[in-house]
Amino acid sequence: MSKAIAKRLSGEELKEIFGNYLFILPAVLIFVLFYIYPFFEIFNLSLHEWNGISLARQFVGFDNFKEIINDKVWWMSIWHAGYITLIALTFQNALAFALALSCDRDIRMRKFYRVIFYIPPVLSEVVVGLIWQWILNSGMQNGEPIGLLNYFLTQVHLNHLVHAWLSDPKTALTCIAIVHSWKGFGWGFIILLAGLQTIDRELYEAARVDGASSFSVFKNVTVPMMIPVFVMVMILTILGSMQVFVLVLSMVGQGLVYHTEVPVTRILASMTGMSRFGYACAQGIVFGGILMASSFLLNKISKKVKQE
Amino acid sequence: MFPNKYKIKNAVTSTLLHIFLMAVATTCLFPLFWMIRSSLMTNDTVFIDKSLIPRSIHFENFYLAWTQGGFGMYFLNTVIYTVSVVFGIVLVSSLAAYAFSRLKFPGRNFFFYMFLAAMMIPLPGAFVPLYVLMNKLHLANTRIGYILCMINVGLSLSIYMLKTFFDKMPLALEDAARMDGCSKLGIWLHVALPLARPAIAVIVIFNTLNVWNEYILAMLLLNDQSLMPLQRGLMVFQGSHSVDYPLLMAGLSITVAPVILVYLFMQKHIIKGLSAGAITG
Repeated sequence: MSKAIAKRLSGEELKEIFGNYLFILPAVLIFVLFYIYPFFEIFNLSLHEWNGISLARQFVGFDNFKEIINDKVWWMSIWHAGYITLIALTFQNALAFALALSCDRDIRMRKFYRVIFYIPPVLSEVVVGLIWQWILNSGMQNGEPIGLLNYFLTQVHLNHLVHAWLSDPKTALTCIAIVHSWKGFGWGFIILLAGLQTIDRELYEAARVDGASSFSVFKNVTVPMMIPVFVMVMILTILGSMQVFVLVLSMVGQGLVYHTEVPVTRILASMTGMSRFGYACAQGIVFGGILMASSFLLNKISKKVKQE
Repeated sequence: MFPNKYKIKNAVTSTLLHIFLMAVATTCLFPLFWMIRSSLMTNDTVFIDKSLIPRSIHFENFYLAWTQGGFGMYFLNTVIYTVSVVFGIVLVSSLAAYAFSRLKFPGRNFFFYMFLAAMMIPLPGAFVPLYVLMNKLHLANTRIGYILCMINVGLSLSIYMLKTFFDKMPLALEDAARMDGCSKLGIWLHVALPLARPAIAVIVIFNTLNVWNEYILAMLLLNDQSLMPLQRGLMVFQGSHSVDYPLLMAGLSITVAPVILVYLFMQKHIIKGLSAGAITG
């Protein structure tokens, strides 16, 4: 009889466990189908030559990866993204930190500034790119510039600076990087300000009482306390800026062949342009590896800095 | 009495700081102002008239953009996608998060860490196999396909946020409900979900903005103009009417207006959510 009870119990337990699984079933199904499967399939496809349509995929081993090593346009696109990232890391984050420091004190309208600075980050890249593309437009009508920036330059008699901002390969990438920073600094500002506000005010007062100057308080209290936040902002800036591409499409489109290519536009070109799905996947893997390696490296360096 | 040196120094610094902050605030707002201004002009005046307030104002551009420009259709599509995706994310992620927090089953940690890992690993080319899969399943160029993909995009973070929220919630209320004979599903619906409202609010706001602004999957998966959301519609419009700036700017204003409204209403939650994420993450 006791055996029967045990059996019935375990049956009920099984039923209960089964019922519990039902709670996670929808999430797991969606996740496995749209995340896990593509995650593994990208490695599989990268070893094939395939046009995306035909039933036959040709297994080519690591040929796609070998081809990437000599793909000059690909490495140029990595350099372009690196350039945008460099400007975001320096200009965007320095601006964000300066603004955060300014707002981390008793200053009027602090809340107003906080609300305004986060407006560009809530806009989409398509919207930001199209608005700036209009402001930077270099067309002329009746001898007068169409775009606001060039018009402004003629009005303040800086005619020599009037420029084809987005169609000159020399300036297009920098313009994209600056607009990218315009969209991003508000985000850095919010995070850095939140970090600054967690620093105990008593630390500042103690340093002041000891007669430390504002600069030495900044150097010896603020900066060391902020290092973990800096590292997080830097890693997220790198991941976000390296993968920029919608801004490129909405600001210059396909107009400037090869001069504003970034890795994601190259992956798209391999896939939809050249119908080389295997090569596109290999590019994605290499790019993902570069991203992982750089954030890992930054983490390592920051830990070393912390120990010193 | 003369104001002391310290006070003067303070007044000067705060004036300089305000000039700096104001200058940056202006660069944030001016492009949006310029967009609205340009949306009220005609094709003849938009290239010539550079005054801040145009001499004649043409609100009909918004009507034209909404009807002929197709932005009415794109707007409706975006609303459909945003509402269904956000509803789907809240439903699916709260079920899973509740199970991860409260229910026992083998492999619970494995599945939870599987979702977490997805947030850590950047995989920029994953849209290639995803595109292949969607074609295989005949879900490419369908509303449901795009909705399912977008639910997946928001899933991991929402599960993580809700699970940490449920973990901190006291068990007493759920125990009481169980005593009253409430089923697990009933407890999830009537006890856990109402209590988790603050976390759900954050998830709803962030995912709404995210879906509203999404471009890449909309570009890859949707070919029919009648299925396209606003972001995709803007690029298509720009591609085919590249010089019709007033209508393009009207379309941009239509796209931006709900985002700005949601943001201004919810900015407290948004900034709090971001800041909290920054400190704990």
